[in-house]
Amino acid sequence: MSAVAATPKAVRPRVGADAIASKGWLGAHKWLVLRRVSQLGILALFLAGPWFGLWVVKGNLSSSLTLDVLPLTDPFLLAQSLVAGTLPYKEALIGAAIVVAFYLIVGGRVFCSWVCPMNLVTDAAAWLRRRLGLKGGKIPSGDTRYWLLGFMLLAAFATGSLAWEWVNPVSMLHRGLIFGFGLAWGIVGGVFLYDVLIATRGWCGHICPMGACYSLLGSAALVRVSAAHRSACDDCMDCFAVCPEPQVIRPALKAAGQDHPVILDRNCTNCGRCVDVCGKNVFRITTRFDRSES
Amino acid sequence: MGDMQDKPVGQGGPSPRRRFLREAAGVAGGACLLSLGVGLYAKQASALPAVALRPPGALAEADFLAACVRCGLCVRDCPYDTLKLAELGDGVATGTPYFTARQIPCEMCEDIPCVAACPTGALDHSLTDIGKARMGLAVLIDHETCLNFLGLRCDVCYRVCPVIDKAITLERQHNPRSDRHAMLLPTVHSDYCTGCGKCEKSCVLPGEAAIKVLPVKLAQGSKAEHYRKGWEEKEAAGQSLIGEQIELPVRGLEGKAYGDTRVLPGQGPAPAPATPARPGSGLDSGWKP
Repeated sequence: MSAVAATPKAVRPRVGADAIASKGWLGAHKWLVLRRVSQLGILALFLAGPWFGLWVVKGNLSSSLTLDVLPLTDPFLLAQSLVAGTLPYKEALIGAAIVVAFYLIVGGRVFCSWVCPMNLVTDAAAWLRRRLGLKGGKIPSGDTRYWLLGFMLLAAFATGSLAWEWVNPVSMLHRGLIFGFGLAWGIVGGVFLYDVLIATRGWCGHICPMGACYSLLGSAALVRVSAAHRSACDDCMDCFAVCPEPQVIRPALKAAGQDHPVILDRNCTNCGRCVDVCGKNVFRITTRFDRSES
Repeated sequence: MGDMQDKPVGQGGPSPRRRFLREAAGVAGGACLLSLGVGLYAKQASALPAVALRPPGALAEADFLAACVRCGLCVRDCPYDTLKLAELGDGVATGTPYFTARQIPCEMCEDIPCVAACPTGALDHSLTDIGKARMGLAVLIDHETCLNFLGLRCDVCYRVCPVIDKAITLERQHNPRSDRHAMLLPTVHSDYCTGCGKCEKSCVLPGEAAIKVLPVKLAQGSKAEHYRKGWEEKEAAGQSLIGEQIELPVRGLEGKAYGDTRVLPGQGPAPAPATPARPGSGLDSGWKP
């Protein structure tokens, strides 16, 4: 590792160049493309109603109704509502139960990388930061989000209102796209600038309590990434460069604190970017029980 | 913490556990401060502007802010585009539904689709009769510009009221300006007004309406429950609670009915004889410069 770190930056090719050379552009961007299709597709479903009158999905990510039968509700929002002192109707409770069940299986942070529109903003910020070669900044602890999650529930209890919703950039962005922004552009722009200038992956990886809630849901997720072919790793560090939660890779890839190659960290978003960017095909998406190595 | 002092502290700085505790304290402190800020902001910003009306069936504002998840399903199911979700900067809690009567009032759908769409109960499903909705209360707020108060027959707010003759009536009064005409004053009755805002929307004045729908809390005083109203008590008891009133004669009006103090010229007690004031006494001292 230290030898890699000492390699001069100038001679290192662009992140992912290896993978593009060995798998072709599409092969090296498969999961990224699928993820963008998922994010934009879900957004398109929400926008098809107000824009074209095709009412497949009504509402927004806070709570929605699909084809007039399927209710979906954000569990963190519902938790705030419960501690604020209301018992919502069964529509919202069932909606949250469906969402919880889904993410318990596929991994909580799948919401963050496959659904959440803020991911487009912070991915753009991370890309820009990489391209500009910005270093340093002030990165808060990755545990900040869990503390924030707890204190926000406390604030909801104390104020009797959905405390986080007063400032939540994630719901403001999604609601803004569908219902109109007002000044919420400023908050979203603030998140972008924060990620570019102050903390790399600062928002999604360190602060967002909504993401923290989904992290907790993903603690025992079935779908996981495995560094199954880790024997082929040539320490190019590309996976660390693109991973939104780089600390989750090391235990699996370098057998640090565990002997199997499955990434079990709850903060892994199952985005599959490491699978794409690895020229040696080290990673694959599998289940948490598949501990095999190849 | 106790066993920590027994352990030798490494040369390179504080022990890992102490460093962890310090970092955790810092993170927790930061998160706590941020939460406090958000909590205070939520408290401070939760006042609703007077012209922003909640959809029918909305819980009281404090409960509403705890229950509404800002999903906009009510907005989607409103057939008249009356409702909108507040945007940041609107002055209404961001993402919550409201309408502005002067722009698009509530059309009082009989099936109340906005209430049926609410997944959380922020809009109470027990509201099934739109006539029982209390989105606000109309108040004829400006008596100086209202055309009916000028003695004209505008009546538009009265005519458009979906609960005409109950929520708004025209009350006839003498017009003291012409001294020979009537004024028909639009008068709102809180027992029936749903706060739909059609009166405010249709007020013919060019800019601001003379009649406005306000949140009930702003529009209505509290009932004077500590007052016993004599006439109500008397009716409830079937008789006066303090026995029959003693009727005392009014000097000089002995021939008239009790309480009738009208006096025609030439009737009534004779005025005191006009005796000239003694110089130097009373108000007229007789002093002259």
